[in-house]
Amino acid sequence: MKNAAQKKTPVVVKGLRKSFGKQTVLNGIDLSVAEGETVAVLGRSGGGKSVLLRLLIGLQQPDSGSIRILDEETTGLATEELNALRKKMGFLFQQAALYDSLTVLQNVEFPLSRHTRMPEGQRRERAQDLLQQVGMEHDFDKLPSQISGGMQKRVGLARALALDPEILLLDEPTTGLDPITAGEIAKLIVELQEKRKVTSIVVTHDIHAAKIFSNRLVLLRNGNILVEGSFEDLQKSREEFVGRFLADAA
Amino acid sequence: MPLVAFVEWFGELGQFCARVARAVFSRPFELRELVRQLDEIGSKTAPLVALAGAATGVVLFLQTRDSLTRFGAKSLLPTVIVFSLIRETGPIITGLIASGRVGAGIGAELGSMRVTEQIDAMEASAVDPYRYLAATRILACILMLPFLALVADFSGIVLGWLANTIADPISFRLFLETGTRQATLSDFLPPTFRTAVFGLIIGVVACFQGMRTTGGTAGVGRAATSSVVLSSLFVILADVLLVRLLLVLFP
Repeated sequence: MKNAAQKKTPVVVKGLRKSFGKQTVLNGIDLSVAEGETVAVLGRSGGGKSVLLRLLIGLQQPDSGSIRILDEETTGLATEELNALRKKMGFLFQQAALYDSLTVLQNVEFPLSRHTRMPEGQRRERAQDLLQQVGMEHDFDKLPSQISGGMQKRVGLARALALDPEILLLDEPTTGLDPITAGEIAKLIVELQEKRKVTSIVVTHDIHAAKIFSNRLVLLRNGNILVEGSFEDLQKSREEFVGRFLADAA
Repeated sequence: MPLVAFVEWFGELGQFCARVARAVFSRPFELRELVRQLDEIGSKTAPLVALAGAATGVVLFLQTRDSLTRFGAKSLLPTVIVFSLIRETGPIITGLIASGRVGAGIGAELGSMRVTEQIDAMEASAVDPYRYLAATRILACILMLPFLALVADFSGIVLGWLANTIADPISFRLFLETGTRQATLSDFLPPTFRTAVFGLIIGVVACFQGMRTTGGTAGVGRAATSSVVLSSLFVILADVLLVRLLLVLFP
């Protein structure tokens, strides 16, 4: 029964609050994400979207509220237990955050070498496969400083997928990419959802890509969810901010 | 406010040390990364330490020769050079050179990793940065500093002999025999292993300052500078305390 329950909603957030000094960035957010669902989180810059992802993976602790990942409360969890959960999650950082002393291939191999007993050859093959999926098959031996920001982001995505995660947290996966690559990344996210039932939360400003990959869009304002639903639902919203946001984002 | 910041700094340092200690004494052990760090610290610092040791050997010769000649104790010159180097000068210059070279390197590297979110990425990948980055570097500093002290001692003695032999030719063997005739293991081992404490200080301070970096590239610069300044300061303080302690333990 427990397994069935956790499969339904791998991510459940209740009353999540986070402030930095006097600035409240999240003000009691409630959010549930169903298994295999892709939720796009939209909002103004500095509106707490990235903070939400960092709280979900335990890089920061909330001031109050509850975060349940795969049916386990993560707030206040010991590092070892949190790490066991993190192995089931993939995280793409806004600036990719690749290890700058490792090559592209080594970056993707890193989580595999830490958490699996794969032989080196098999590990390398898996990393190469992932890099091929994101169109980085010609740059295995380059250092992050030798590739563009968009390419770094694609490598970051390959690294996030390395451990075959159940949950993907992506921070601006298509920002800074050319339209073709952005479209390919959006399709890849859809594929992950369809083939592997990966549950994803994607922070983005790219409304076009969000339309392609997301089942649901969530718009944050003043630390709260202002509106959520399909793209059409957002279009129908009577909130002035929503109309302005969609018009400007388009 | 500076007092509050001072207390906070020590509080955070205590938490940092506790996390690193837990990482050091629990599995998995990061042996491959430790070996890489030993190589990194040893191979890149040894030439600098050798050079500083050599210069110190020559300076010791130049400074003490005249005085000893004046007092009719010129024959003690090898003893003075060897004793000065192994008991104090070799270890302390090793500590200070490593504070500069290793402290700045670790502070800047980890600081850069912090501001570019590489340390966060490591945590998000379920890899403990306190184990993988900090513990390995601190252990490498502790293990490598005594060897670097030996390099400083050796190069100082060799160059001290060379300087001596230019003025008054003497074989290296005789110089060494004369210099070490009065020496016991307690003159050599405690001062050399004292540098392991210097290594601990340099590793802890540099890793701590690096991992708490904020404020972009300017923050990285500050982390590197503060790593060098603080580790040098603590090395000097530790030297005073340890010399006193060693004199009590090995009179």
